[in-house]
Amino acid sequence: MKILVCISKTPDTTAKITFTDNNTKFAEAGVQFIINPYDEWYALVRAIQIKEADAATQIHLINVGGADSEPIIRKALALGGDEAIRVNAISQDSFYIASQIAEVAKQNNYDLIFTGKETIDYNGSSIGGMLAELLELPYVSLATKFDVNGTTATINREIDGGEEVNEVQLPLVVSCQKGVAEQRIPNMKGIMGARTKPLKVVEPVAVDALTSVVSFELPPPKAGVKLIPADNPEELVRLLHEEAKVF
Amino acid sequence: MSVLIFLDQSEGHIKKNSFEAASYGAKVAELLNTTAEGIVFGKVNDDLAALGAYGLKKIHTITNEAVNELDSQVFANVLAQAVGTFAAKVIVFANNVDGKSIAPRLSVKLKAGLVSGAVALPDVSNGFVVKKNVFSGKAFANVAINTEIKIISLNPNSYKINKTEDTAEVAELNIQIPEAKVKVTAVNKVAGEIPLSEAEIVVSGGRGLKGPENWNLITDLAKALGAATACSRPVADADWRPHHEHVGQTGLAIAPNLYFAIGISGAIQHLAGVNRSKVIVVINKDPEAPFFKAADYGIVGDIFEVVPKITEAVKKLKGV
Ligand SMILES: Cc1cc2nc3c(=O)[nH]c(=O)nc-3n(C[C@H](O)[C@H](O)[C@H](O)COP(=O)(O)OP(=O)(O)OC[C@H]3O[C@@H](n4cnc5c(N)ncnc54)[C@H](O)[C@@H]3O)c2cc1C
Ligand SMILES: Nc1ncnc2c1ncn2[C@@H]1O[C@H](COP(=O)(O)O)[C@@H](O)[C@H]1O
Repeated sequence: MKILVCISKTPDTTAKITFTDNNTKFAEAGVQFIINPYDEWYALVRAIQIKEADAATQIHLINVGGADSEPIIRKALALGGDEAIRVNAISQDSFYIASQIAEVAKQNNYDLIFTGKETIDYNGSSIGGMLAELLELPYVSLATKFDVNGTTATINREIDGGEEVNEVQLPLVVSCQKGVAEQRIPNMKGIMGARTKPLKVVEPVAVDALTSVVSFELPPPKAGVKLIPADNPEELVRLLHEEAKVF
Repeated sequence: MSVLIFLDQSEGHIKKNSFEAASYGAKVAELLNTTAEGIVFGKVNDDLAALGAYGLKKIHTITNEAVNELDSQVFANVLAQAVGTFAAKVIVFANNVDGKSIAPRLSVKLKAGLVSGAVALPDVSNGFVVKKNVFSGKAFANVAINTEIKIISLNPNSYKINKTEDTAEVAELNIQIPEAKVKVTAVNKVAGEIPLSEAEIVVSGGRGLKGPENWNLITDLAKALGAATACSRPVADADWRPHHEHVGQTGLAIAPNLYFAIGISGAIQHLAGVNRSKVIVVINKDPEAPFFKAADYGIVGDIFEVVPKITEAVKKLKGV
C-alpha cells in the first residue's frame, strides 16, 4: 500500500495573530510554526499505524511551501513516514495547492491520500475535496475513524448530530479529524532517522489561483465582561433575556 | 444567469443552515440583479414551495433515491450539470458537513473560485470580495474570487434568516446521475438532541465539573434553555462526555447566539472553537480564569451553587 499524507505548516495554536504590510500579510516575526494539528495527530499517525500493521506500506509526505517548511517536514519524518516531497512554492490559494499535490500524486499511484480536516490558519477545509476532484477519486470528508481491509476502506464520517459509516474501494482521498488516531511524540530513534530520510524538492507546475486574499482584519475588541454577583444569578438571567435578548 | 443555493437535507428535512444559505443567496441575487433558485437532492418531506419565504423563486428537485445519501463525487457532478443548465453564476452552500465535502469538488469541476466559511455578504463594488473566518475565529480575511463563476460556503449562524410570505415554484430536474462509489452502511445519530452545529444556545462544561456524575448541572440548564450541550477537550478525552461534544481548535467550531461556559478555564485552543459566539457567559470560581477576558457576562463563583439557581431562574422566566 502507498499512502500520501498532506502536511501543512501553521502558526502554533497559541500564536498571537497580527498583520503587517497594511493588513495584507500575517506577521510571522516571533511566531512558532508547527505541523497543522489535524495533519500531524490524525492523518500522519493513522498512516503510521497502517504501516505498523503492514510493513510493506510506504508513506510519502507532501508539503507545498518554501524552504522554511523543512523543520516541520523533518518533524513529520521523525514521527514516521519514508520520504517527503516539498513542492517549492509559496501557497497562493487552495486550488493552487491542491493542483500541486495532484501533480505529484498523478506520478505515484497512491492507494490512499490523507489530509487534515482543515488548516488552523486558513480554515479552508477544501484541499482534500479539490484534490479528489483533480484526481477523479472518491472523497470522504471529516473522518473520525478509518480502517482498511484489502482494497476496501471503512470510514466513519461526521454528520450533523452523529456519524455515518461509509464503505469505499481504494484509491481515495480522506480528510482526517479527531478519533482517527491519537497524538504521538517523536522518539529519539525517529528524530535521528529523520535526518537521513529523503526530502525531495520539486518545482511547481504553472497554475492560476482562483482566489486571492485582499486584506485581513481582526475582530473588534470585546467591550469587557459584565460581572454579576454570585448570590444573584437571577440578575444574569434577566440581563440575558432583556439586555442581550438571546432567549 | 442566477444564484443557485444547495439546500442540504437530513432525514427528509431541509437543515436550518440551508435556510440561512437561502436568505444569503437571495440577497446576493438582489445585489447582482438576478434571481435566486434552490436545488434539493433526494426525497424530502418538507413543503418545498414554502422555501419561497427565504427569497427563492424556484426550487429544483432531484427526487431520485440515488442521491438520498452523500457521495461528493456524484453530488458535484450533478450540481455542475445543473449550474450549466441554469447558467448559474454564484453557487451558495452552507459550510457544514456536506458543504465541506461538495463545494471544493464543484470548485475544481467548474474552475470556480471558492470562499469557504464566509461570514458576510460579498462586496461587489470592486470585483467580488467575500469576508471569511480565518485563524480559527481569531481574524477575518477578505478574499477576492477572480473567476466568472463563484462559490461561497456560508458559516452556520453568521447570516440572519429573512422570511416573507412568498412561495416558490417547484420543478423536478431531469439529470444524468452517475453511480455512487461511496456506500453508506450505517448512520449513528443521537436521537432527539439538537445538533451542536445548528444550536442557537449551547451550554458547555469543563473539568470544573469534577466528573460525569455531575453533568445533570449542564443538561438541566440546557434543557431549560432549549440548548445543545458541549464540553472542553479534557472532558471528552476522559470520556465524561461523547467526543462529538468537544468544541475548540481540535473539536467543533461553533458560533451560537449564546455560549454558556461552566467550569472551563478558557484556554486559547478552547476559545478558538467558540470565540465567534455572539454572547459568552462564563461561570468560574477563579476570577483570573482567562475565559473572563472573552466573556460578555460572568459570575465568579462555585458552579455547584450558582448553576442550579440559574436553571431555576430560567425555568421561572419561561413559566415552566
Ligand atoms: C494543540 C492543542 C489543541 C487543543 N485543542 C483543544 C480544543 O479543541 N478544545 C479544548 O477545550 N481544549 C483544547 N486543548 C486543551 C486546552 O489547552 C486546555 O487544556 C483545556 O481547554 C482545558 O479544559 P478545561 O477548561 O475544561 O479544564 P481546566 O483548564 O482544568 O479548567 C477548569 C476550570 O474550572 C474552574 N473550576 C473548578 N472547580 C470549579 C467550581 N467548583 N466552580 C467554578 N469553577 C470551577 C477552574 O477555576 C478552572 O478555570 C488543546 C491543547 C493543545 C495544546
Ligand atoms: N501547503 C500545503 N501543503 C500540503 N498540504 C496542505 C497544504 N495546505 C493544506 N494542506 C492539506 O490540506 C488540508 C486542508 O487544508 P485547508 O483546505 O487549507 O483547510 C490540511 O489539513 C493539509 O492536510
